[in-house]
Amino acid sequence: MGFIGETVDSIKSIKIRQLLTQAITLGMIVTSALIIWKALICVTGSESPVVVVLSESMEPGFQRGDILFLRMTKEPIRAGEIVVFSVDGREIPIVHRAIKVHERGDTKEVDVLTKGDNNDIDDIGLYAEGQLWLHRHHIMGRAVGFLPYVGWVTIIMTEKPIIKYILIGALGLLVITSKD
Amino acid sequence: MHTFGYRANALLTFAITALAFICAIASFSDKFSNQNPSAEIQILNINRFKKQSHGNDEVSLTLDISADLQSLFTWNTKQVFVFVAAEYETPKNFLNQVSLWDAIIPAKEDAKFRIQVSNKYRFIDQGQNLRGKEFNLTLHWHVMPKTGKMFADKIVMPGYSLPDAYR
Repeated sequence: MGFIGETVDSIKSIKIRQLLTQAITLGMIVTSALIIWKALICVTGSESPVVVVLSESMEPGFQRGDILFLRMTKEPIRAGEIVVFSVDGREIPIVHRAIKVHERGDTKEVDVLTKGDNNDIDDIGLYAEGQLWLHRHHIMGRAVGFLPYVGWVTIIMTEKPIIKYILIGALGLLVITSKD
Repeated sequence: MHTFGYRANALLTFAITALAFICAIASFSDKFSNQNPSAEIQILNINRFKKQSHGNDEVSLTLDISADLQSLFTWNTKQVFVFVAAEYETPKNFLNQVSLWDAIIPAKEDAKFRIQVSNKYRFIDQGQNLRGKEFNLTLHWHVMPKTGKMFADKIVMPGYSLPDAYR
């Protein structure tokens, strides 16, 4: 009960200047996070430099909840590379391995077929209707490194959004009631 | 200054930084491993070689694959993904890579093996260029670490060729 009384007292005693300072501090934190994210996009050349593994189709190598670091270079796609691609019509990117590559001589265009290591069949069923191959513009990056378990935070927040709201609410309360 | 909140925050920040540092060092230690894998592939039999109804060539073959990849395993290795691909050139395509077989090696003891297997994935060309075609068989491996940077390499074995006529 004492904690609630303290919180109510501190909310009542807020001054405008203090509130503004805290709002700006919060804004700075959010902006620096955004700057770091955009810088990562520039450095790695990929639109999403870090992805979370959501399915079990690449087990036992990548488990659900691992995060992958991606990099996209101008070098051609070769068989065996783990690529992250998005299919027209699906918003969630998929991380699978390229098993067949056909590169044209003149135009340098490339046809790629992918398959998850743990799947029995290749990804033709996942591509858009009538699409037999992936092309370079579908591919967002190659996986170059990974960290286990760290992505569970994102999965929990996506699948149980109530936790996201509780966290943001608690953070907001903390910011408002902290004395500095 | 010494509330529970501050202490928890400081502890968590330090723990995460230390963990990130340890992961980076673990990955860096992979650079010092001495690797000399070896492999040999023989084509035992061409089972089928025909033109599909859509017009593309298809081959089915049986391979004898023997390899020793034990030196690729370090203490930071979770698994090694190995696959065999046929690589060849056609008039229209500068490079074709078709994966014929792959496997996951979970531990060092399983990394020295010899198997005879027919191609797991269909060897289909974009066109009808496979008669008499010379191609390389490459054994690729992809080392997936427990944490950190993945690395991949391959052994190229040239000199294989397909028969001149359909069977």
